[in-house]
Amino acid sequence: MPSYVDPSKCDGCKGGDKTACMYICPNDLMVLNVAEMKAYNQEPDACWECYSCVKICPQGAIAVRGYDDFVPLGGQVHPMRSSQDIMWTVKFRNGNMKRFKFPIRTTAEGAANEYGGQKGANLDDQVLFLEKELPKPTKLAK
Amino acid sequence: MALPNKPKGEIEAVVNPEVVEHSCDVLIVGGGMAACGAAFEIKKWAPDDMKIILVDKAALERSGAVAQGLSAINTYIGENAIEDYVKMVRNDLMGVVREDLIYDLGRHVDESVKLFEEWGLPIWKRADDGSNLDGAKPAKTLREGGVPVRTGKWQIMINGESYKPIVAEPAKKALGADNVLERIFIVKMLLDKNKENTIAGAVGFSTRENKVHVFTCKTALVACGGAVNIFRPRSTGEGKGRAWYPVWNAGSTYTMCAQVGATLTMMENRFTPSRFKDGYGPVGAWFLLFKAKVQNGLGEFYAGGDAAKAELAKYMPYGQSPVTPTCLRNHLMLEELKAGRGPIYMATDVALAAFLDAQRAAGKDEKEVKKFWKHLESEAWEDFLDMSVGQAGLWAGMNIEPEKVGSEIMPTEPYMLGSHSGCCGIWTSGPEEDWVPTVDGPRSHQYKWGYNRMTTVNGLFTAGDGVGASGHKFSSGSHTEGRIAAKQMVKYCRDNKDFKPELAQSAQELADEIYAPVKRYHEFKDATTAVDVNPNYCKPAGLMMRLMKATDEYGGGVATYYMTSGKLLNICLDLLRLLREDAEKMAAGDLHELLRAWENYHRIWCVETHIRHIEFRKESRYPGFYYRSDFPTCDDENWKCFVNSTFDPKTKEWKCEKVNCINIIETEPWI
Repeated sequence: MPSYVDPSKCDGCKGGDKTACMYICPNDLMVLNVAEMKAYNQEPDACWECYSCVKICPQGAIAVRGYDDFVPLGGQVHPMRSSQDIMWTVKFRNGNMKRFKFPIRTTAEGAANEYGGQKGANLDDQVLFLEKELPKPTKLAK
Repeated sequence: MALPNKPKGEIEAVVNPEVVEHSCDVLIVGGGMAACGAAFEIKKWAPDDMKIILVDKAALERSGAVAQGLSAINTYIGENAIEDYVKMVRNDLMGVVREDLIYDLGRHVDESVKLFEEWGLPIWKRADDGSNLDGAKPAKTLREGGVPVRTGKWQIMINGESYKPIVAEPAKKALGADNVLERIFIVKMLLDKNKENTIAGAVGFSTRENKVHVFTCKTALVACGGAVNIFRPRSTGEGKGRAWYPVWNAGSTYTMCAQVGATLTMMENRFTPSRFKDGYGPVGAWFLLFKAKVQNGLGEFYAGGDAAKAELAKYMPYGQSPVTPTCLRNHLMLEELKAGRGPIYMATDVALAAFLDAQRAAGKDEKEVKKFWKHLESEAWEDFLDMSVGQAGLWAGMNIEPEKVGSEIMPTEPYMLGSHSGCCGIWTSGPEEDWVPTVDGPRSHQYKWGYNRMTTVNGLFTAGDGVGASGHKFSSGSHTEGRIAAKQMVKYCRDNKDFKPELAQSAQELADEIYAPVKRYHEFKDATTAVDVNPNYCKPAGLMMRLMKATDEYGGGVATYYMTSGKLLNICLDLLRLLREDAEKMAAGDLHELLRAWENYHRIWCVETHIRHIEFRKESRYPGFYYRSDFPTCDDENWKCFVNSTFDPKTKEWKCEKVNCINIIETEPWI
């Protein structure tokens, strides 16, 4: 289901310091045409449908159209992602709709503790940071 | 209208890129779960003046196999015995695994999961009344003794859309954003000029600007995932992108380590998961959470039948497990398909109806049943929406409501990986513990040589999909393995503090090699009016199709229901040799195409090791993943051993050998 860009909404992220979809795509697919200031998916048959570009686009300009070799036209799955939840709208080919909302994160963005400056105890054992003692296998092969 | 003879990408590649040199102590190559685990952990052990750089070909926030999200964490030991985890992995992978690595992973993995929860990952909890609470509802954390929702013995359910951003955040903070270099694709590891068999650096290029980056380092972690698009996929049009594993995994881990002489293990192992047809949505929750079963075209639930039991009895002790090994489950399905009893359906309708019937039987009125159904329906859809949105899109396009109709299941094209239900990868040292066997001989036969998760090359570590013969790590285990390796890398640096890495080639020589496809493009582009058709070079897209055709037809792909033979495998190796020669003639007009060119080099190499190993192993170890018609059975008497292979970077020769497989955990009872 390759992503595609609605030219009436895409502004090339001209107000930002980077083109969001181009920044995030794990497969280097989203690119900016600088002359037009519009982004596009340069290799639709390498798109995993991970929706990273759809979720990050500040203009809501990116959506997904089902892979043309097996998905009939008319259905669409589209997210609205906030810092805590994601709301999915599933539109069926026959016009039915379903909506699902799921939590995505229980802490504020940026709040994950990296334990900066803290150090482990003994570099020469197998114990990792925050661990105390490690078990050893007891049911051994004869 | 212009002739189509110009570069397609937006960022044109130039013949002479800028060369940027970096020097560091520790280089982390990759940005997925393993690399993020390493980035978090390493700062807890490294002295403050130790220079650590992470290089990712994508953006850390959404790179690797968890980029899209996940609906479950598949390895959480919790209340179980670690020994039982080892037994489960050993049985699922047909007996030939490194039990030291698996036990070691099992004893560390829960700490990573508890960190994920602390960082903000919502983990479902079991309420006192037995119902499921999503991960944002107030409940005790895992650290506080909260009870996760199990689906099967080892998995726990999560609301995992943001799993990767949550794990990437502390990783990036720990290293410092300036030490995380994104959009640089490392394509070669580099050996030291003076010290034998010792890593000294790496080279790659930017996909955003015409720059080649050369790194020197004392130690490196290579954790860039498994291999995808190495066999012809079932969907060859746009749907080629809807690979089951992340489509950007190009076998870089295996290839880059093998090329500097790291011994590989069990490269004959592959994974051909049975998934919802075309959309490749996950089936785990349907089997384990919703208790769905598979039906053949005759409507029979064949997997529990007498014929299936008789077939499984041919593969003892593996077939006797309460949970049938993944390859044997595929084998049973393939028996049905080959006999013309397809299609195979996941009876989602039957499974969901059973839940509602149980509610009614328990005396719930229709209003309560309706409320229960809303929650159940939401759980069913979340499974796809968290990790395989495309499957939800396919259901939407096909008007499929799972409570009304089942969906077809199909085994996919083969993938290579070491962290899921597969175990190909690199042979590494286990932990320095007395319960890890001491074996004489070269490192390629040993179980421990001083630094846990170090490959047979000094200073070169791997984790996640990279470490072979120890599958079933999944996301949490890969993160854990990165943490294990990280501490050992610091120890290696301390022990080798006087080592001054020196590269054998100059930075300019390396840049010329990396940009060779660009030079070829510029040299020959005017010999044609259409840029992709040129007798002097081949383009990456076409070369990848050629690779996938060769492996599919001769290497046991979907074309032959995974059947191959010694004769077919040798034809495949001949085709791959020609392909490798022609890969030297790839051309790239822009930076995106240069990325694809180097991914292809990696793909060709890693799938060649796969074919070599299958050819060497004269049996069919994983029925359902692949078969050899000339050795159709699983032959424990002669082949219950590792196959390890090593490429000699000096002589350019491959060596395959049998290596003893030692049971550490009791074998009676086997499960």
